[in-house]
Amino acid sequence: MEITVRDLVTVVHGMFFGALLLLTFTGAAASLYAMTASSSGWTPTRSQHRAMTIYLVFMALLAWTTVFLGAYAVYPWYRAIPPVGTHNLAAYPQRLLMSNSLTVGWHDIGMEWKEHLAWFAPISLTAVAYLFSRYGTQLRSLRPLRHAVFGLVALAFASACIAGFFGAMLNKNAAVRGGAQIVIMRGESR
Amino acid sequence: MSDETAGATANGPAAAAVLAAGIGGCILGVLSIAGDAFRGVARALNFWTPTGPLSGVTDITILVWLLSWFALSRLWGRRNLELRRVNLAAALLFIVGLLLTFPPFMDLLQGK
Repeated sequence: MEITVRDLVTVVHGMFFGALLLLTFTGAAASLYAMTASSSGWTPTRSQHRAMTIYLVFMALLAWTTVFLGAYAVYPWYRAIPPVGTHNLAAYPQRLLMSNSLTVGWHDIGMEWKEHLAWFAPISLTAVAYLFSRYGTQLRSLRPLRHAVFGLVALAFASACIAGFFGAMLNKNAAVRGGAQIVIMRGESR
Repeated sequence: MSDETAGATANGPAAAAVLAAGIGGCILGVLSIAGDAFRGVARALNFWTPTGPLSGVTDITILVWLLSWFALSRLWGRRNLELRRVNLAAALLFIVGLLLTFPPFMDLLQGK
């Protein structure tokens, strides 16, 4: 069982930070609704407000980590240009996708959209964390502000979902691989 | 956007955060299509060669977003604004940003 460094970084980017971010949206949406919009009239205590603020800051940090790792570590490997005369494009995912009319769309639409769209998530979530931190207990009465918070969460969720979907499909069609090999365990070959 | 009253619970800082996020989203879209449409812009946005023009697009977006947030906070920090209008403005900016990052729409605008 082995994995290359590029594989590992891509997995950390998408399956750890990215997937973890997507999972946290359920908790954020349910908690924000219960604390600010439900008819239960629940007003969070100071410690609950603080815990929720930390949760939202954590989400924003997850989103920032995901996009920076994607743009500045994985993306350079994805868009690497092969030397002239290279026939095996396995180490050059962008060129591999573009070399086939059946896969070029994954780059032209998938990556071209994902690389920009994903940045809506950290920007929106940073604003949400700030707004909840500052106005948390008042969001129930400040209806337009509550709508802004839910709109920003929805935008962040949609952009993270689309980016995550295309990331998974891109890696399925042309995986980012290469670099040093990390052997996790050895078995007996049959 | 009219200011109404000043007070400890002013919504100006909230309006600044929401509108600045919209401005950030819109700038992201504008820079994306500018880099796609013009080679000169793409070269100028190439802050870090391994990442290419995306490095400039994202760095400038973050800078504009934070600067606009700071400026709007200074401007509106103690004011109360009509938040519905701010939300609408931010939503429109986000929609423009989303459209300008969507490749088929970018191609349509460029006549490709």
